[in-house]
Order: sequence, then C-alpha cells, then structure tokens
Amino acid sequence: MGAHGAPPGTQGFPLGHHFDDPAQQTESSTFGMWVFLATEVLFFGGLFTAYAVYRSAYPHAFAEASRHLDVTLGTINTAVLIGSSLTMAMAVHAAQVGRRAGQVGYLLMTLALGSVFLAIKGVEYAHKHHEHLIPGPGFRFEGPEAPHAQIFFALYFMMTGMHALHMVIGLGLLGVLAARARMGRFTAVYNSPIEITGLYWHFVDIVWIFLFPLLYLIGLHA
Amino acid sequence: MNGERVPTPGRHYINIAYGVKSWLLTTDHKRIALLYLATVTLFFFLGGAFAVLIRLELITPPGDMVQSETYNKFFTMHGVIMVFFFLIPSIPAVLGNFLVPMMVGARDLAFPRLNLLSWYVFVIGGAFTLTAVVSGGVDTGWTFYTPYSSTYSNTHVIATALGVFITGFSSILTGLNFIVTIHKMRAPGLTWFRLPLFIWSLYATSLIIILGTPVVAITILLVGAERLFHIGIFDPRLGGDPLLFQHLFWFYSHPAVYIMILPGMGVVSELISCFSRKRVFGYRFVAFSSVAIAALGFLVWGHHMFVSGQSVYAGMIFSLLSFLVAIPSAIKVFNWTATLYRGSIHYDTPMLYAFGFIGLFTIGGLTGLFLATLAVDVHVHDTYFIVAHFHYIMVGGMVMAYMGGLHFWWPKMTGCTYPEGWAKLSALIIFVGFNLTFFPQFILGYLGMPRRYHAYPEEFQVLNVMSSAGASILGVGYLIPMVYFLWSLKYGKAAAANPWGATGLEWQTPSPPPQENFEETPVVVSEAYNYSSPALSGPART
Amino acid sequence: MFGDLPLFPEQASTMAGRVDALYFYLLAVTGFFTLLIFTLLIVFAVRYRHRPEDPRTPALYANYTLEIVWSVIPLVIAMSMFVWGAKVYFDNVVAPPGATEIFVVGRQWMWKFQHLDGRREINELHVPVGRPVKLTMASEDVIHSLYVPAFRVKMDVLPGRYSTLWFEPTRPGSYHLFCAEYCGTKHAAMGGWVHVMEPVRYEQWLGGEAPGESLAATGRRVFERMGCVTCHSGTSGARGPDLKGLYGTQVILRTGEAATADDTYLRESILNPQARVVRGYEPLMPTYRGQINEEGLMQILAYIRSIGPGQDGEQSAAPAPPAP
Repeated sequence: MGAHGAPPGTQGFPLGHHFDDPAQQTESSTFGMWVFLATEVLFFGGLFTAYAVYRSAYPHAFAEASRHLDVTLGTINTAVLIGSSLTMAMAVHAAQVGRRAGQVGYLLMTLALGSVFLAIKGVEYAHKHHEHLIPGPGFRFEGPEAPHAQIFFALYFMMTGMHALHMVIGLGLLGVLAARARMGRFTAVYNSPIEITGLYWHFVDIVWIFLFPLLYLIGLHA
Repeated sequence: MNGERVPTPGRHYINIAYGVKSWLLTTDHKRIALLYLATVTLFFFLGGAFAVLIRLELITPPGDMVQSETYNKFFTMHGVIMVFFFLIPSIPAVLGNFLVPMMVGARDLAFPRLNLLSWYVFVIGGAFTLTAVVSGGVDTGWTFYTPYSSTYSNTHVIATALGVFITGFSSILTGLNFIVTIHKMRAPGLTWFRLPLFIWSLYATSLIIILGTPVVAITILLVGAERLFHIGIFDPRLGGDPLLFQHLFWFYSHPAVYIMILPGMGVVSELISCFSRKRVFGYRFVAFSSVAIAALGFLVWGHHMFVSGQSVYAGMIFSLLSFLVAIPSAIKVFNWTATLYRGSIHYDTPMLYAFGFIGLFTIGGLTGLFLATLAVDVHVHDTYFIVAHFHYIMVGGMVMAYMGGLHFWWPKMTGCTYPEGWAKLSALIIFVGFNLTFFPQFILGYLGMPRRYHAYPEEFQVLNVMSSAGASILGVGYLIPMVYFLWSLKYGKAAAANPWGATGLEWQTPSPPPQENFEETPVVVSEAYNYSSPALSGPART
Repeated sequence: MFGDLPLFPEQASTMAGRVDALYFYLLAVTGFFTLLIFTLLIVFAVRYRHRPEDPRTPALYANYTLEIVWSVIPLVIAMSMFVWGAKVYFDNVVAPPGATEIFVVGRQWMWKFQHLDGRREINELHVPVGRPVKLTMASEDVIHSLYVPAFRVKMDVLPGRYSTLWFEPTRPGSYHLFCAEYCGTKHAAMGGWVHVMEPVRYEQWLGGEAPGESLAATGRRVFERMGCVTCHSGTSGARGPDLKGLYGTQVILRTGEAATADDTYLRESILNPQARVVRGYEPLMPTYRGQINEEGLMQILAYIRSIGPGQDGEQSAAPAPPAP
C-alpha cells in the first residue's frame, strides 16, 4: 500500500499499489459500494417479500398489530434520520471542497443524529418488551388474531433490527471517518471514503423510509 | 509507477516471502487463491467421505449399516459441504481469484483486503458447520425445508445454518470484487469483447452471487429465528407458511446452480479454444448466453415446486421459463462443438476433461428437460432421477471443468509440471467411474426410487450396487490427482511461462507469476483466442 | 447376471401411459441430440487431431445463420415439450367429477386413510380397478409427499392446508406407496402399498371387515360432541350460519368479499374462525386449533359435504347398514 512515485496531480493521494491512477481507485470504490448496495437491496428484499406475503394473508391482524406501534416516536425518528442524511450530504460536500472543520463537524452531527435514532428505537423496543409484544413464549396479544400479530411483530423486529444493525455499523464508520478527518486525511483530491460512506448512509435512510409507512402507518385508516 | 520496480529474476509470488504469517496476512490474490485451494480441497474430500458412506449403506436394500438418523446426517452433511463449501467457492474462489486479475491485466483485484477477508469469513463459516458435524450433525437435508428444519428436527440446525449464512458473505465479497475488477481494472485495449470467456462467465456468476446470496442469507436467518423463538413465520400452526421458505430458498438456490456451473462453462471455453488452437466459435453468443443464463436463472425457481401445492398456472409459467433457460446452454454446447471443427486438436489432460465436460453436461442438461416437463417432473421429482441429473451437472459438469482448469493452470499457479500419464489415466478413471455411479440412478429414478432413502425395496438393488461400484472407482480417480499434484510440487519439472501455447494475458508472464503479475502493464491489441493470426497476441510492450 | 435388472416401472393407471408416452418422446429427442453431440465430438476430435505439419487453424469466427438455426430449433422442440407436458399435468391436477373420495393424513411416519364408508387404513390403501379415486390430503406435522410410481402421480402433503391428488387404476395388483419428501428420521419407512382390486374382490374386501359407521356419520358425531351444533343449529336466529346446502357454494363475507365454501375455507373457519366471517353473523366463534386433529377435521368436512347441495345428507350420514 501507499504511493510509490506518485504521478503528477496525485500528491497526498494514498494510491493502492494495484491501481494505475487516483481516478481508477476512486471509481472502483464508488462502484464497489453501489454493487454492495445492490446486495443490500436484495437482503432487505427477502424481508419485504415475507412482509408482503403475510400482510396480504392477514391484513386485519397486521393493521391491528400496527396500532401497537408508537407513530409519534416513529415520525420523530423519520425526521431525525432525514436530518442525518442532510448532514451526511453536507459532510460529503465539505470533503469535496476539502474543508476539514466542515467534515469533522458534519460527520459528528450525523453520528449524533444516528445515535438519537437508535436511542429512540431502544425506547420503543423497551416499550414492546414491557407490553409483551416480543415474539416468542412471552408474547401476549389480545384477541383471536394473536398468532398473526406475532408474525407482524416478528417481521417488525427482524426488519427494524436489521436496519438498526446497519445503523450501528454506519455509526462505527462515521466515528472512524471523523477521527481520520480530524487528522486531515481527506482532501479535495482524496475523499472517497466519506463519499461511499455517504452512499451507504443514504441507503440505510431509504430503507427506513420504506419501513416506516409499512410498519407504522398501515393501521391508521383500516 | 510502472517500470520503477525491476523484478529480480527468479522472484515470484510464492518465494517472495516465507512463513505462515506471510500467507495468513497476504493480500495477494494469487496467494489467497492457494489458501482457498487448500480449504476447498479439504471440504471436497470431507464431503466425498460422506458420499462414500452413503453409497456403502445403499449396497444392500435394508438399512443395515447405520441407523436412519445417521444416514440422514450423512446425506445432509454431504450436500451442505459439497454445495456451500466446495461447489460454490471452487472455481470462482480458486481459479477465479488467481486468474481474474491476470486475465484482465491487473496487478490485483480491486479490493485485496476484502479478498483476504472473504477467505477468513469462509473459514469461519466452515468452522461453524464443522462444529455442527463434530457435535452430532444435522439431518434436514441441504435444502433445510421448513417446518422440519425450523420446528421438528432435533439436530444442530442453527450451527449449520449459521455456517452457511456466514459463508454466503464470503461469496458476496468475492463476487463484488470480481464485478468491480472486471469493470474498472481492465488493461488498456482490453475491451469487453476482447475479454476471455472465462471472465464473462465469472461476471455472470458474480451477478448471481450479488443478487441471490443475500436472499438465502435472510431466509436462513428467519429459520434460525423460528427455531429459537417460535415466531411462527414458517410454522403453519401459528399462521406461517412453510411454502414461503421454499420460494425464498429456491430464489437463491436455483440461481446458485448457475453459480456452480457457469464458471465451469467459462473454464471449458478456455480449454476448448486452447487445445484446438482456434478462437471459440460464436464468441459473442457464448458470452451473452452466460448473461442470459444469469438473468433467466432468477425466473425459474418455481420448477422445484411443481408438486408442492403452488398453483397450476404458476407451475406452467415456471415450466415455460425453465425451457427458455435451456436454450443458452444449448447454444454453448453447439458453439463448443463447432469450435473443434477444422481445429488442431491436442489431447492434453485438460482437453480430456473438457471433452468429458461437454459429454456429461450434455446429458445433464438434456435430462433437465425431463424435469422442466411438468407431467414427467411429477413422476421423477424427489427421486433418484433428479439426484442423477444434478450430479451430471455438478460433478460431471462443474467438477470436470474444475479438474480441467486445475490441470490447465497448475503450471502457472505453482510453476510445476504434473505427470501427464497419470493425469490422463485418472481423467479416464473419473469419467468411467462417474458414469457407472450416476447413470444407473436415472433408471432408478424413473422406476420410482425416492431420494434420501436409508432403505429401499429389493428390486432396486442391482442398480444401486452398480452405482456404489462406480463410486469406488470415482473415489480412486479423485485420489490419484491429489497424490500427483502434491508430488509435482516437490519433484515436478519447472514449468515454462506458456506450456500449452495458449493466448491470454496470464500466459504472457512467468510461471509462477511475479507478485505484481506483470513486469509491465500489458496492452491488448487483438481479440481473445487469436490462434489463427500469424502474430500471436502478445502483450505489446509500452 | 442382469436377469433381474428392472429398466421400466409398471403402468397401472390411466396417467401412466400418458406420462410414459411423453417420456419416450423426450427420450427420443434427447437421445438424438446426445448422439449428435457425441458423434460430432468424436468425429471432430479424430478428424482434426493435431498434426505437426498443420497450417494455422482457419479464422472461423461465427456464423449468424448457424447460431439462429441452433437456437430456434431447440426452442421449437422445447416448446412442444412444454405444451405436451402442461396438458398432461393439467389433466393430472383436475380430478374428474364423481371420483371416489378418500381422506389422507400424513404424519411422521405413517399414512392414514379414511374411506367415506368409515373404513380406515394405515399404510395400505385398497381401491377398486377402473374407478377414479380422489385423495384429499393434509399433514399433521412436516411436509410429506404421497407418491405411487406405478401411477406416475405425486403430490406434497402439507401441514395447514389441503392438497389433492387423483388417479384411476387400470391393473389389479399391489403397488409401492412412498413418501417422496424428506420428512425426518424414518422417512424411508414411511411407505406401504396401494392394493388395486377387481370389483368382485374389492366387494369381498369390503365385506370382509365389519364396517363401522360412515365417515360422514363419524363427522356428525364429532360435530355434536364438540358442540358445533349449538350455534350451527340450522334454526332461524342461530348464532352461526346453517351448514346445510353450504358446501361448494358462494358466501358473502362481512368485508363484502365473496368466498367459496370449499375444504380450505371450511378448515380455516374451524381453526381461525375470525379470518373470514360470513355477513350477518358476529365474530363470536372461538378457535378450535389444538382441539381437533387433521383426521377429525376431515370427518367434519365429510359431514358438511354430505349435507351439501343435492346430497341426501341425512342418509349417508346415518350409520351404514350392517354387512351382509
């Protein structure tokens, strides 16, 4: 690793030994992240398929179970997450123009908003635990549709849990990036780690944009 | 940076560093390929050992050698190990890892550290599954059908499933690396239609890996959650639908069949071309047929479910699509055959395997038509017919191609020459043993012997004995290469840079290659397999 | 040595001949192509083997006509296979009207059969020759698959839903019955025999055992014992719908949707009554999940079928006359 005999215009660019020039390396990283996101789409796609199958089989149970979710907290979290996407976009911009303070500041703001999201999610999970809505032997649900409501909550926990796991990974990445940004590693020439983490962060955000109505809002009018 | 490093003569990627650490921490794709080679070989012989036990039990009709619980674990472990830990990684992770950067003229894959990570992930996944084997095994069949796997089986389903889940990420990392490398790291002048067909087939394979593997990963996770918490997703008593599992599972696992065979087709394209000294006939058709197989492969999963209770009309659509996916395979076979026409055919060992591949894959592919035909599938579904069919594709096709590829590139990978006489002999033994093992199973299947049977009615014995006899020959056929390959590492003659007189960038560099693959970045000026041109496509020096 | 080497299964149903005809067509086509490829491989391999004095190989790159020919011909042949296979499959799925009904429950690791006349069998099924038989099947536990090779029929038997299978035996004899879907430890032992009998012998077999009450009569007893009759009394103002003349008809649900009162709907209405409630009734019915097994459900189904439209319900549900 590391630049050996950097060609002109690549000073400060940590060029991998197997790349010909910075453009190739940057394009590869970005393209790699897109390919990875394609995998992610299919990963969540499996869960969305299961959701679609059971929601069409048990529409009433799903609507009823959905009413046990906290729409207020869900809405706040949606706003928090969209806000974090904004700060992430600002961080990418700051990286592209090479402003170090901006990078660190926006990355930390994104990290903070992401943490708020997870904290609220934790509060919601705690409520569900308290209300015995966690699938398994301890699951309690009034009414004849209990088994089907359990499937709803199983999917709820799988989907939001997987999403939360992606958030946790994202927060880890943000932390590392912020530290490296503070050391001045990212310049107008070399900033693809911030850019591709941005792609990842927006993807996780978009997943939530789908999860929120499918899980929280279906019971409102039914 | 080019031309700055002057490689020391005699320095190559193997002797550039010594010690366990230099291997376990390497990011060199060639070394990682060898790590994979060692690992998948281990799994191949482990899976093979279970196959031997299965065939031993089936010599006599009653279940007299082992208990049925044990037998069920044998075939499950055989399937899990062979599918997830041998067939899927074999050509991509061993030959692909070694060759993709060399064939596209790059110094490494796009993400060398991810590549090493993929091997570690593979080993960790394998360790989980091996733990399950050692601690008592698993008896669900490699297909993990619910609700048996999620509610009823008392064996180590979770450890095994977790192993498969983790291994999936290893193939995702490999596939991602290949796609990015093929897109972004091709040498100057190496346009898409100058790429070797091996690259095309691995590209199509990587697409399937990227898009299919995550679905099976989440499915396995749901099975695990069902087992641990009884959430009801696949349990009909709690409102779940066991068929949903089959849909999700086959959405990945049917395309996974193409993950296993497409790389083999790529290898065979290379072999046929090299040993008939001719360009592959209909290059573009062969290339696009790989992509067509990858695309159509995602639309045919329901043909595993013709008698599962899915709707009649769904069955008809899946049948129609399954016939369509047969066409690109037929195109490949015809084009390979046409490549031989007016060629200059050499009978070296890799070519023998290529011939074996075309013959056995033809039988395997054509018997696939029986399974796509709805009314016939109703009869032969879940019988030995299907066992024979997929072994013709997987072993007759894929393993033949893998062996052919291993012999072809062995001199390049190791710098050593294997004994040609022994190699030809074992290729012959494998071909004979394979047919004796699996051809009788077609007949058994049409007679109605169901698969996964520990004991069977007496009228099926003769065919089963033939099959078991064949398996013992096949086993010998696989052991011989193991011995002479190892022998060649110490005693084999040093290999030339291009022992077969092949085109292709990987042959333009010494055997074994230097750590950076090429002394100078090659520039490609002609199409692949340019055997007819008086000026063989050497890398024009910049 | 190969005197007892079987190559081809017995044909013992109307479907067997049709599937085999298709099979032989496939064998002929695939045999031709296998032979073609093998011949070409061998001829080319010998004819064009390397000779040292060889000139360079010719630059034969591609021939579009050839590519189209060898894509289109296989496609046409494949479509012929598809159409033929789909036709036979469709006939294999749709049972002819008037078939003899038999209820089947699969469980680890046995097959249980219930005839309409009340006879029960385990792992053995007696049927008369020349009469179509329709099986309605469900599993108590995992997925099984009922397979009779001599009839060329197979159908998965699922927990939580009904599947059906029909055949018309053509030759008397005893034929293997297998479970084809791997179902656990004793999967290989989950089999038995289908005995196809001449009508006379079948009558003798029927007479051989003292038949109990008919399946519908058993179902009626279950219906009464479980208290179903309290609400489904058939009187005006009853809390549940009248089940007389219901089977197979359309009902309008509370949601306004229509549903057909078939086996699947009736089963769901017993196990998950709130799912699809008929318009005009309150969702009061408790679930009977866990209180009744698959066999009991089938008995109740037989009873509801026996009082369906055009059925002389009360008679067939009455105890069968004693055997002569």
